[in-house]
Amino acid sequence: MTAVVQSKSAAAIDAAAAEGRAAFIGYLPAGYPDKETSIQAAIALIENGADILEVGIPYSDPVMDGPVIQQATTEVLARGFRISEVFEIVRAVTEATGAAVLVMTYYNLIDRMGADEFARRLAEAGGAGAITPDLIPDEAEDWLAATDKYGLDRIFLSAPTSAPERAQMVAESSRGFVYGVSIMGVTGTRDSVSDLAEQVVVASKAAGARRVCVGLGVSARSHVEEIGSYADGVIVGTALVAALRDGGPDAVGELARQLSGKS
Amino acid sequence: MNTHYRDAAGPYFGDYGGRWMPESLVAALDEVADTFAKAKADPEFTEEYFRLCREYTGRPSLLTEAKRFAAEAGHARIFLKREDLNHTGSHKINNVLGQALIAQRLGKTRLIAETGAGQHGVATATAAALFGMDCVVYMGSADTRRQALNVARMQLLGAEVIPVDHGAQTLKDAINEALRDWVASVETTHYVLGTVAGPHPFPEMVRWFHQVIGEEAREQIITQTGKLPEAVAACVGGGSNAIGIFHGFLDDPEVGLYGYEAGGDGVETGRHASAITLGRSGVLHGARSYLMQDEDGQTVDSHSISAGLDYPSVGPQHAYLNDQGRVTYQPVTDADCMSAFESLCRTEGIIPAIESAHALAGAARLSAEWGSEGEGKVIIVNLSGRGDKDVATAAEWFDLLPDQETDVESADAEAPEVGIQA
Repeated sequence: MTAVVQSKSAAAIDAAAAEGRAAFIGYLPAGYPDKETSIQAAIALIENGADILEVGIPYSDPVMDGPVIQQATTEVLARGFRISEVFEIVRAVTEATGAAVLVMTYYNLIDRMGADEFARRLAEAGGAGAITPDLIPDEAEDWLAATDKYGLDRIFLSAPTSAPERAQMVAESSRGFVYGVSIMGVTGTRDSVSDLAEQVVVASKAAGARRVCVGLGVSARSHVEEIGSYADGVIVGTALVAALRDGGPDAVGELARQLSGKS
Repeated sequence: MNTHYRDAAGPYFGDYGGRWMPESLVAALDEVADTFAKAKADPEFTEEYFRLCREYTGRPSLLTEAKRFAAEAGHARIFLKREDLNHTGSHKINNVLGQALIAQRLGKTRLIAETGAGQHGVATATAAALFGMDCVVYMGSADTRRQALNVARMQLLGAEVIPVDHGAQTLKDAINEALRDWVASVETTHYVLGTVAGPHPFPEMVRWFHQVIGEEAREQIITQTGKLPEAVAACVGGGSNAIGIFHGFLDDPEVGLYGYEAGGDGVETGRHASAITLGRSGVLHGARSYLMQDEDGQTVDSHSISAGLDYPSVGPQHAYLNDQGRVTYQPVTDADCMSAFESLCRTEGIIPAIESAHALAGAARLSAEWGSEGEGKVIIVNLSGRGDKDVATAAEWFDLLPDQETDVESADAEAPEVGIQA
C-alpha cells in the first residue's frame, strides 16, 4: 500500500506501550440500554482507563456473540435502533474524550449502506475504523478500498486455527492492529485465559503483524495482566456489558478501573 | 451440449457465494472443501455413497404420473419425482449421507445440524445413528412446537434437540446457533449444513449430493414419455431439492425451470419468505445472495406456513440462475399451497410435505396458464418430501381438529371482544 494513513488505534496502542503497558480496549454495544446512557458508559469506560473504545453495532444475526451481548443487542434492536445512531455515538464519545473509537460490526450492515458510504460517515463522525468479525480479507475488496479512501483502520481477526499464510494475509490487510482470537468460541467470560492466546499472538507477529490485541473470554484484571505480558492490547467485552446491564455507567467505570489496574 | 450452467463450481456463482465467515472457521471450511474435492474423484467414495443411496435410502426414487391431479389443473401431464419415498421421508437424506461420509474422512465424531421443518434434523440424526456418531440438532423454538413429532423422532434416533429461543426462533436462528457451536467444537465436529446456502464449499457440495435427483428424473422422463419435459418445478427455501432436480436439466435450454418461493400471506404484505422475488443482495450465514433485509441491513423475519421454507435468504447459485434468466422464480402463497396440498391428497392418495406443495401449486398454475396449449406438454414436480410431519398443521388449516381444542382456542380469541362489548 502506498497511501500513508495515520492509524488512531495504532497511536493509542503505541502510547500505552510508551508507558510500559498493553493497551486496554473496551467493548460496549451501541445504544444499550439507550443512546444517552451508552454514550455516558463509553465516556466512563475511557475516563477510567480504556485506551480504545469498540462500539458494537447491534445486528439481527450475531453469530460470534454469546448470550450476554446477544441479549443486550436484541433489546436495542427491539426498541427500533437505526444505524445512524452509531455515528452519533461515535461523534459524541470522540468529541468528549479524544479517544480512538472503533466500531465492531457484522459485514452486512456495511454492505447494505455501501462500503464507501459507511466509511465516509464513520470518518466524518471522527471514528478510528472498524473491526469486522465475519469479514475475511479474501472478501474485503470493497472495504479495503473504502478504508484507504477515508483513512480508517480496518481490523481483521486471526484465529488459533489460521494457517501461517492466512495469518500473513490478515496481518498485511489489517491497519491499526490484528484482533487475535484467544479461544475457539464466541464472546463470553471464561475463568482462565486459554494457552491459545499466546500462540495466536506469536503466530501473528511471525506473520508480520506489528500490533496484536487479544479478545474473547477476558473478564478479570489477572487476565489483562497475563495477556498484557505478550500482547499489545487486551480486549474486554462481555464483562463490561454485564456491568452496564447490572449497574449502569458507574459500574462500567468501576470495572474499567479494576481492569486497568487503577484501583 | 452447452455445459454453461451444469457443474458450476464455488466459491462464486457470478456475484454470489463466497465465504463471509469468521476467520475461526476458515481452516475447517478449507478442510471440508479439500476433502470433498478428493472424495468425489475417488471411486471408493462414490461407490460407497451410491451404495448407501441404493441400499439404505431406496434410490432410485420413482417418477409417478399424477393424472387426476393434472386433470384438475389443466391440460399438461404432470409427473412427480418421488423424493417423499426416500428413507426418512424427504430428499434431505441424499445430502446427509454424503456429508456423514465426508465427516468420517475428516475424522470427526460429532455431527451438528440446523433444522426447520425437522426433515434435515431427522435425516442427520439418522445418519449419525447409522455411522455411530454423536448428534446435536438446533431447532427454533417456534419450529419445535410446529413440528413436535419430528422432535420426538430425532430423540428416538439418539440425537439431542436444542430449541433456539433467539430472534424469530426459526431456521435462520437455528443456523446462527449451529455456527456458534461449530466455532467452539470444530476440532471434533462437522456441521452438516442442510441446504445449498452457507459458505463455500457447502453450496457446491450439497448440490453435488442432490444431483442424483435430476440425473434420475431426466432418464426416467425420457423412458416414460420419450422426450424431455417442457418444465421442471421445485419449491425453494434454501434451495437444495430445487438445485438437485434442476441440475439434470440446466443445459437443456428447451426445458423451462421454475422455482417456487414461499409467498406466505402474499409478498405485498411483507409476511413471506420470497428472497429472490424481493430482490435485495446481502450477506448472511457465509454467502452473498438475495436476502430479506431492511434498509439498515438487518435481516427481516420470514413467514411461511412451511417451516422448511421459512428462511430469509436462498442458495447463491439460485441467485445467479435468477439473474441469468435460466430459472424463473415466483412466490406461492400459503393459501395456494394448501389448496394444492389438499388436491394432491384427494386426487392421488399422496400427502405431500407442505414445502413440496408449493411446487405442486406452481405447476398447477403453470398448466392453467398454458390452457389448451398445455396439451401434450409435460411438467415434472419435485415432490421433495412427504406430509406425515405436516398433518397437525394441515388439520388446523382445514379446521379438522377435534372440537374441544378448537373451543379452547376460540374462547381465548373471543375474550377481548366480549370485554369490548360489555
